[in-house]
Amino acid sequence: MSDIQISITDREGVVHAVEAPTDMNMNLMELVRAYELAPEGTIGVCGGMAMCASCQCYVLTGHALPEKSDEEEAMLSEAFYVKENSRLGCQIALKPELEGLSVALAPES
Amino acid sequence: MIKTDILIIGAGPTGLFAVFEAGLLQLKCHLIDALPQAGGQLAEIYPKKPIYDIPGFPEVMAGELVANLMEQIKPFQPGFTLGQRAETIEKLEDGTFVVTTNEGIQHHAPVVAIAGGLGSFEPRKPLLEGLEGYEDKGVAYMIRDPEIYRDKRVLIAGGGDSALDWSIFLAGVAREVTLVHRRNEFRGALDSVEKVQELKNLGKIRLITPAEVVQVAGKDKLESVLVRRNSDPEEDILVELDAFIPLFGLSPKLGPISNWGLEIEKNAIKVDNTLDYQTNIPGIYAIGDVNTYPGKLKLILCGFHEATLMCQSAYQRIHPEKRYVMKYTTVGGVTGFDGSKKEAPKAVVKAID
Repeated sequence: MSDIQISITDREGVVHAVEAPTDMNMNLMELVRAYELAPEGTIGVCGGMAMCASCQCYVLTGHALPEKSDEEEAMLSEAFYVKENSRLGCQIALKPELEGLSVALAPES
Repeated sequence: MIKTDILIIGAGPTGLFAVFEAGLLQLKCHLIDALPQAGGQLAEIYPKKPIYDIPGFPEVMAGELVANLMEQIKPFQPGFTLGQRAETIEKLEDGTFVVTTNEGIQHHAPVVAIAGGLGSFEPRKPLLEGLEGYEDKGVAYMIRDPEIYRDKRVLIAGGGDSALDWSIFLAGVAREVTLVHRRNEFRGALDSVEKVQELKNLGKIRLITPAEVVQVAGKDKLESVLVRRNSDPEEDILVELDAFIPLFGLSPKLGPISNWGLEIEKNAIKVDNTLDYQTNIPGIYAIGDVNTYPGKLKLILCGFHEATLMCQSAYQRIHPEKRYVMKYTTVGGVTGFDGSKKEAPKAVVKAID
């Protein structure tokens, strides 16, 4: 088991330090749901297809993340509250190199 | 008033399959859905994406699964109230229900099955100050009747299929069509993108990218919007118009159902999973993604199972005096309300000499 530590700020501003498995084929959106850091039905609405932006988050650390796919780029261009550091949580796979990653969930829209 | 045996709220895969199971029990169904077409999320969000965990289908496109379900339930002649949201529910003295939509259509049934998924899809509204004040006064989030835009000046914002398709359509109806999108790239089908390019070259569509509407203005109704290009206030363009149509997709909201007196937990309706997926109100069931119980999984295949058990319980409720034993379709065949009959071919009995 290779767990990493990730810091997630929920939509109320509360910071949660959580342990994330890197061997379960999980992504950041699923991690938020697994720890129930956002109400069900308000995150991961499309199930992780980069088609709803309900898992938008702001990346607060300088980790090297995978490049945005065309689909993610397009979805973010239509989402609200988008900033330079916005990403879709469902497109960020939990990998050992993300140890120490810190993100904040974007507001619900 | 529309009368039926089981009123199903939500025409996604679970609601559609419930029609089949009800039909086997000779129960009629009517479905209400806020979207203009059947299929729920499968039709609205990911029609061209594959699903791999439908039993017996190694791979099936979401849109194809919906088409198959529609074909499967056709003999049972379901009724549909589409493009309307179930708004209120009233329990009559005899224990039956009347459900009224936002457009005032009434539906009467002894059993209500909520198969509402994540809720009804509501348009996502851009964050613009004062925007809501112009709703129905120049601002609309979906197009119901394109004719109202004839000879008008229209601005559409968005970068997906609906923004492209409506820009193309309205280019032949409206006096002016302006399309505003935050990027130069569009996410729609290739031929739609090419068609918009062609109309732009012909001067039929004014394209402003990368840009976004940052301000709306007008006295009694919407009169103009401010479009900011390249995020630079120096490049702001004031567009005078009659209509502003932001098309930024839809997001599901549980909506009015949450005020029906049902027990809600985590944005889902609590049901009795040990028996029949009935809610705390006898006669109202919740099936598919909209319900919750210990161990719940939001999977289409689980919705199919829940729909099946719900129908058995609904039958008992509607016909308390009747005895019934479940019959396999292979044995009993499928007899539609339309007179059609499907059954297994008889075995050939022939001697070998």
